[in-house]
Amino acid sequence: MDMNTITLATEMPARAAADVTARPARIAVRGLDFFYGDNRALKSINIDFPDRTVTGLIGPSGCGKSTLLRVLNRMYDLYPGQRATGEVLLDGVNIIAAGMDLNELRARVGMVFQKPTPFPMSIAENIAFGVRLHEKLSKTDMAERIEWSLTRAALWTEVKDRLDKPATGLSGGQQQRLCIARSIAVRPEVLLLDEPTSALDPISTLKIEELIDELKKDFTIAIVTHNMQQAARCADQVGFMYLGELVELGTAEQIFTAPRAQRTREYITGRFG
Amino acid sequence: MSSTGEHLVRSFDQDLKKLRGMLADMGGMVERQIALATEAILQQDTAHVASVLESDKRVDALEQEIESFVIRLLALRQPMADDLRHIVAALKISTILERAGDYAANVAKRATVLAQYGSTINMAGLTNLARLTQRSVHDIVTAIGTEDTAAATAVWRGDQAIDDVYNAIFRELLTYMMEDPRSITPCTHLMFIAKNLERIGDKATNIAEILIYAITGQAVQDARPKGASSAYVAVPPLP
Repeated sequence: MDMNTITLATEMPARAAADVTARPARIAVRGLDFFYGDNRALKSINIDFPDRTVTGLIGPSGCGKSTLLRVLNRMYDLYPGQRATGEVLLDGVNIIAAGMDLNELRARVGMVFQKPTPFPMSIAENIAFGVRLHEKLSKTDMAERIEWSLTRAALWTEVKDRLDKPATGLSGGQQQRLCIARSIAVRPEVLLLDEPTSALDPISTLKIEELIDELKKDFTIAIVTHNMQQAARCADQVGFMYLGELVELGTAEQIFTAPRAQRTREYITGRFG
Repeated sequence: MSSTGEHLVRSFDQDLKKLRGMLADMGGMVERQIALATEAILQQDTAHVASVLESDKRVDALEQEIESFVIRLLALRQPMADDLRHIVAALKISTILERAGDYAANVAKRATVLAQYGSTINMAGLTNLARLTQRSVHDIVTAIGTEDTAAATAVWRGDQAIDDVYNAIFRELLTYMMEDPRSITPCTHLMFIAKNLERIGDKATNIAEILIYAITGQAVQDARPKGASSAYVAVPPLP
């Protein structure tokens, strides 16, 4: 045997894929391009969001990670001059094709933004408002749905005695959990989180992270974050994006301990960004 | 511990440089300890024994220093990828080097006892073992500095030769003891010395594995070289 060669782990036959990233894709993105006018912001993106797992998207500002998230529920349709080409398959159906019912799509793919966006109404109404757009529920059923979603968002015990009070009276962290409750109240399949904790204090952030861990049992989650430790803590698989391209996709463990691409390595070790 | 380009936070690069320096210092000290200890045995010269034992205290202190520095780096920098692997490797390697230093100190202590016997036992095997072990340690300490996976792999593979020589010495010493019971005391000391040197070789192998993982991000998958087999040597009972 050659004294200077040795077998390393990746050269071995692949171990049985027990990890969740091997699950079937809930959303499969194929050859996706996205344009802001003439500016091509996403370039031939291919990525799977496996069922009931958390996919983290990281990368420097302007790399296209939020844009990718906005394509997944066609948020971009609200703005003129923005268009996507390629395929985004939600359970096999191309959601960026013409003729897609956007109301239905957004009920199936919920989104939570960087800053909490409570409606200027009561806590209960914040939840009921969205539900009413999609379903007709009796008073009792609606009350149950409100309790269910606030419980799932780990907010119920804190607000159950003040459901008729204005949502704007809640703390930032509570408001963000209310927004998550509002998103899951319509029982979506996919939850998109665009930097959900960047405006929150560390304790509220940990509560949201704990919540993400809980929610992934029922929902497929995509999270964009600038906080790499957060991606490492929350995500099962992580994609590193740069200049509109998906540079590398792997399990969180692989990306953060042994990234393959030079660019990923430089970014996560703080050598550029 | 190098990677392409510098960190945006330049003081982090300085921290990593400092850690590299501490590990190099420690490696150099342990190398010297082993050299002096084996010289004491082979030349039956106890002049350097005290110096080996003194140096052991400095090695211990440096290990402590590396440990607290690494903990500080992990807490303050929250390193990722190559940085994380290299910092954790430095912590583990420093512990292993400290252990290797202990073995060297143990060898040195026995030199004082052996000197009282003025032994005439053939030291060719032990000389060979000491030479191989020293080379392994020297090569691995150099590989830490140069991040040379090929050199680390050669050290890893070289452990087999060390184990073979050790097994031969073990059998040789057994025959001496059977021939002449008066040689039992010096031979027992020589056996412990050989064992300590063989263990130092194992430590170099451990460091090689850690270093290869730190540099490549991939664990060594080959089966470990076969270890010393002296534990299974049986002397048939007298009739």
